[in-house]
Amino acid sequence: MADRDTDALTGIETTGHEWDGIKELNNPLPRWWLYLFYATIIWSIGYFIVYPAWPTLSTYSKGVIGYSSRAELDRHMEEVKASRSAWLERFEAASVDDIVGDTELLQYAMAGGRTIFADNCAPCHGAGGAGAKEYPILADDDWIWGGTPEAIYTTLLYGIRSGHDDALESEMLRFGEDEILEPAQIEAVADYVLSLSGNGAASEEGQEIFLEQCVACHGEDGTGVADFGGPNLTDGIWLYGGSREAVISQINAPRHGVMPAWIDRLDDVSIKQVSVYVHALGGGE
Amino acid sequence: MAQAAPGISGGAEAVAYNDEVVRKFVIAATFWGVVGFLVGVIIALQLAYPVLNPPLEWFTFGRLRPVHTSAVIFAFGGNILFATSFYSVQRTCRTTLFGGPGVANFIFWGYQAFIVLAASGYVLGVTQSKEYAEPEWYVDLWLTVVWVVYLVVFAGTLMKRREPHIYVSNWFFLSFIVTIAMLHLGNNAAVPVSFLGTKSYVVWAGVQDAMTQWWYAHNAVGFFLTAGFLGLMYYFIPKQAERPIYSYRLSVVHFWTLIFLYIWAGPHHLHYTALPDWAQTLGMTFSVMLWMPSWGGMINGIMTLSGAWHKLRTDPVLRFMVASVGFYGMSTFEGPVMSIKAVNSLSHYTDWTIGHVHSGALGWVALISFGALYFLVPRLWNRERLYSLKLVSYHFWISTVGIVLYIAAMWISGIMQGLMWRSYDELGFLQYSFIETVEAMFPYYLIRSLGGILFLLGSLIMVYNLWKTAKGELRDEAVVTDAPRVATAAAGE
Repeated sequence: MADRDTDALTGIETTGHEWDGIKELNNPLPRWWLYLFYATIIWSIGYFIVYPAWPTLSTYSKGVIGYSSRAELDRHMEEVKASRSAWLERFEAASVDDIVGDTELLQYAMAGGRTIFADNCAPCHGAGGAGAKEYPILADDDWIWGGTPEAIYTTLLYGIRSGHDDALESEMLRFGEDEILEPAQIEAVADYVLSLSGNGAASEEGQEIFLEQCVACHGEDGTGVADFGGPNLTDGIWLYGGSREAVISQINAPRHGVMPAWIDRLDDVSIKQVSVYVHALGGGE
Repeated sequence: MAQAAPGISGGAEAVAYNDEVVRKFVIAATFWGVVGFLVGVIIALQLAYPVLNPPLEWFTFGRLRPVHTSAVIFAFGGNILFATSFYSVQRTCRTTLFGGPGVANFIFWGYQAFIVLAASGYVLGVTQSKEYAEPEWYVDLWLTVVWVVYLVVFAGTLMKRREPHIYVSNWFFLSFIVTIAMLHLGNNAAVPVSFLGTKSYVVWAGVQDAMTQWWYAHNAVGFFLTAGFLGLMYYFIPKQAERPIYSYRLSVVHFWTLIFLYIWAGPHHLHYTALPDWAQTLGMTFSVMLWMPSWGGMINGIMTLSGAWHKLRTDPVLRFMVASVGFYGMSTFEGPVMSIKAVNSLSHYTDWTIGHVHSGALGWVALISFGALYFLVPRLWNRERLYSLKLVSYHFWISTVGIVLYIAAMWISGIMQGLMWRSYDELGFLQYSFIETVEAMFPYYLIRSLGGILFLLGSLIMVYNLWKTAKGELRDEAVVTDAPRVATAAAGE
């Protein structure tokens, strides 16, 4: 570096080296850069003193304020629990019918139920209980297993064909697959079922088969039996489609949906709240 | 040899540089870049419109997402780093690549084989499920072989250099190569289930595995996408601007502080998890201390233009490089901010993180890479200049608008998402369900997709321009001013 080389344009000295035409100026470190760097180091050292920071052989430096993120979490959870405790006690003591009858509890349950529903129920039943193909609408008055607050609460607790011991169970026979009915008979009864909701005309044969095979669960007039989970066939609301093919297919080899038992997934107060919320969606009995 | 210096004019003692392998890497980088951007656009649209996930699982979001990340980081970024490190190390050492053309070709084909093996595995469902380290054990072993050969060739070239000192870009390239080797071996320590099967289990478990993973992944950002590309920056910006590096002293200090501090910062990805508090503290504080060392590179990049600012008006290639350094400065400020626990409790797990990554990846890595490609192609194919500077300018503006749309959409979406997750109603219940937060993000997913489409479009303009340049065509267009044209230097060779 004997020959002092300077950059002609800025007059600043270079380091004297050159690589493929590239030189380097010998500018000092920018002061603001250096001081900000020092500032971040000083701030970090301060943080090390205050908070847990450095591991040692068997433990770590705890910091002067005794902070721990687990303790912080516990404190927050305690605060939330404390703020809710008065409400929780009232909900634990109340039945769902009590909640529906108490304006204050009802308001609180609707607020809680809304989020619980959206996170847990909406994936199948749709936002606001609008339903989807194969997943019942919860916003209408067509209830397969009953639409009173208690009935909804029971359905939520144990589920439908959920595998829980107290689950609601119903199973429609496979009239075609198991050769209980001939294909022609299935078509006849399907036509009768469709006629119940004003779609097309039915034969007498269809009505006879219906009275023999279907009334136990769906009722004499086809309006359903909630105790057995037999759906109403007269209201034009179809879980698996209302076309002739869809009805024939369902009689031939029925599909059965599953609703989980929420008793193992949500706490009782949450289930009560979401029961009340579902009841209020539009069609509660 | 003191005054024989500038490699460009010193044609008398011309060294037979191995540019053949650099050309191959340039072609591969350009190809994989377009593939990576295209897959990015596809998965952005899949997020906005889930129906675009086809029934065939190979092309669903979950499998295409690692294809996108690996394609842009390792295939595009990796090939760019091979191309630029091999091009510049030969010239700053005035010697050809150590090991000869056969070894260099092995690195090229070996690395492309790694990319194809990795990507085909992702699509078929072969993955070890570690982010940015998805390839299974046999692909990891193959990459290790290729990488060690790369290290030997690069270090060997440095050792037989015909310059007394090692230029700063080579410090960065060397630190990138060495550290990536270390990270790769540490994070991918795994036991295969069988010799002929693809499945393996990583030896780390639980929070140790999480910590090793983020030690790896954060330093992949630090040493692959930062140190490697700073090496690129330190060669190509002074070459394109034809100005000396602003401060040698700054380059020394920021190099050593950067590589010393970066390696500690990984735990900031695991705030408020099972990771012990002390490790979270170290991750956060070292990230904050990393701010100025990162900015050292920005200062040296931008201030190198002292006395040459007017060139930005007429030279869109230089504009790419300087804008990239600007994005680099922005995202290396945003990073330390996001590492602070109070901020992280809002930003973590939200789209803000995605926006941050892309302001670095699109703004810094991709823009400086485009600048390097525009620099390299006329020189590697011995052309007078680029086919069209106007197209470079179009590319610059289209991609910059795309980036701004992308990151602004993700900032808004991410902060909104974080606020919605933590908002309570007056009765103490969460105000929003998860699905409501997803629905609220939809418009921003569309804007993000649009940004990605613009970015892809810009890269296609570049491909056309580079293709025409390589063929030796010159577009008939007016020169903006009488300022030096982009490739006047090449005329001397």
